[in-house]
Amino acid sequence: MKRIYVNEKWCLGCHLCEYQCAYANSGIADMVRALKGKAIHPRVRVEDAGDVHFAVNCRHCTDPVCVQSCISGALTKGKDGIVRIDRQKCVGCFTCVLVCPYGAVLPSPEGHAAMKCQLCTDNTMGEPNCVKHCPNGAIVYEVREAAQ
Amino acid sequence: MKKYTYVIIGGSIAAVAAIEGIRSEDKKGDILVIGEEPCRAYGRPLISYYLLGETDLARMDYRPETFYEENGVALRLGVRAEKIDPAKKTVTLADGEKIDYEKLLVATGSRPFDPPMEGIESVKERFRFMTKADALALDKALSPEKRVLIMGAGLIGLKCFEGIASRVKSVAIADLAGRILPSILDETGATMVQRTLEEHGATFYLSDSVSRFEGGTARLKSGKSLDFDILVTAIGVRPNTELIKEAGGEVNRGIAVDECGRTSLPDIFAAGDCAESFDVASGTKKVLALLPNASMQGRVAGANMAGGKAKLENALPFNSIGFFGTHVMTAGVYEGEIYREKTERTYKALFTKDDLLKGFILINLPERAGIYLKLLKEHIPLSKVDFEALKTSPAWSAFSPEARERNFAREI
Repeated sequence: MKRIYVNEKWCLGCHLCEYQCAYANSGIADMVRALKGKAIHPRVRVEDAGDVHFAVNCRHCTDPVCVQSCISGALTKGKDGIVRIDRQKCVGCFTCVLVCPYGAVLPSPEGHAAMKCQLCTDNTMGEPNCVKHCPNGAIVYEVREAAQ
Repeated sequence: MKKYTYVIIGGSIAAVAAIEGIRSEDKKGDILVIGEEPCRAYGRPLISYYLLGETDLARMDYRPETFYEENGVALRLGVRAEKIDPAKKTVTLADGEKIDYEKLLVATGSRPFDPPMEGIESVKERFRFMTKADALALDKALSPEKRVLIMGAGLIGLKCFEGIASRVKSVAIADLAGRILPSILDETGATMVQRTLEEHGATFYLSDSVSRFEGGTARLKSGKSLDFDILVTAIGVRPNTELIKEAGGEVNRGIAVDECGRTSLPDIFAAGDCAESFDVASGTKKVLALLPNASMQGRVAGANMAGGKAKLENALPFNSIGFFGTHVMTAGVYEGEIYREKTERTYKALFTKDDLLKGFILINLPERAGIYLKLLKEHIPLSKVDFEALKTSPAWSAFSPEARERNFAREI
């Protein structure tokens, strides 16, 4: 399946992906209205450590530990390979937050559920909006193979 | 006599995961689930959220309604399996029916255990808090004028408190231990969480227990007495190991299994709260009665029942549990050197020994906690990462560029 991959050396640390993610999942058509003056809660997070910058979002693992650990059955891996969360079933215990080795499942700002990247299949963008707007090709959406 | 390729005794999380494990290897072999509870699998820890009104019976189902049919699973629910004959490879049900199996999984879970309590029969409204049926029964009994006594300040007792706090007049919680959640919290953490619970109306009687019940009065060992209308006992649980024991299989505290989920009896596997795991944090075999562990054990056992080669490695105790918006995450064992950070609302304790993270407690610091769990589970030497940076903030920048390449630039 196509997933989001990181080209770490190309990441400028501009955090634009975070804003594009927050916008994509805001449900508001106008980007300024969606973001201006608001605290954003993106599902992709950029790490900055000195000269090193890279974006982290859900890896959509082949064998996702979050799905196996979910106490409510809210997390599933679809036939398309996408790991999704049913926020209606989620009770916000955050077991998935505790088990995700990437730190890519996050508490929702309202606290009652977890949230994660669903490759923009749960909004109107059609394809990952973070990738689409990355100015430097530091995140890409493509098929790659596992490390040997 | 009916014959199935795969028979699973128990219908909860380990059973569901085993079905998925079996189907990852064998799409055809028929599967029978024998469940004592008269319902399909549900998220057992959700019963407190049900009382709280944050979920409902439909949403508690652990898998969609079509799950069993799609996976070719026959269900025999509401009936107890009474006996296993490992020589004849049969299971006898409480209604006398015998079922042949090729491969058998025992996923019988655990049951509440109450020590003998004097005068307990004089208590009119008495409940436990393990099953959906327990929650529905308690739900009916709750009303704003009632006073509740919960025995046990562990995970089950305190989640029960959260579920009922706003629905009754008062809740008292008694425990023999000197602090709440003694199995997962240290003194500092326990004090913080206790304060939160007290703010929501809990009254604690710690280092104390009931010496005698006289109807609606509990006489405590300390000499105090408590009047109550409803009693909930949440003192401890015991693994349901009898079927394997009586069949001649090896049983310690839980059913002994290898890393593939095999018991000492041929073609019989065990998974979930009835079975032991090898805890990599303490280096000992123990029952890890936790939902994620049941799921992982079930998945491994199922795959191996169907001829696969799965192993459960990296099992360890971990918990993520919330009370009124206070999130508590814990893992591993609390030994070695301690790194502590504390604020009014948050607490972090990291326990390190022999260049390894051995355990942690995080209160109201959920973000990216999984990075700590990874260090613990995978025995990552702390000298190989920037642990000074990780102490304050879990991040992948503390790992090597090669590790990041493998995890973020490759399929995983």
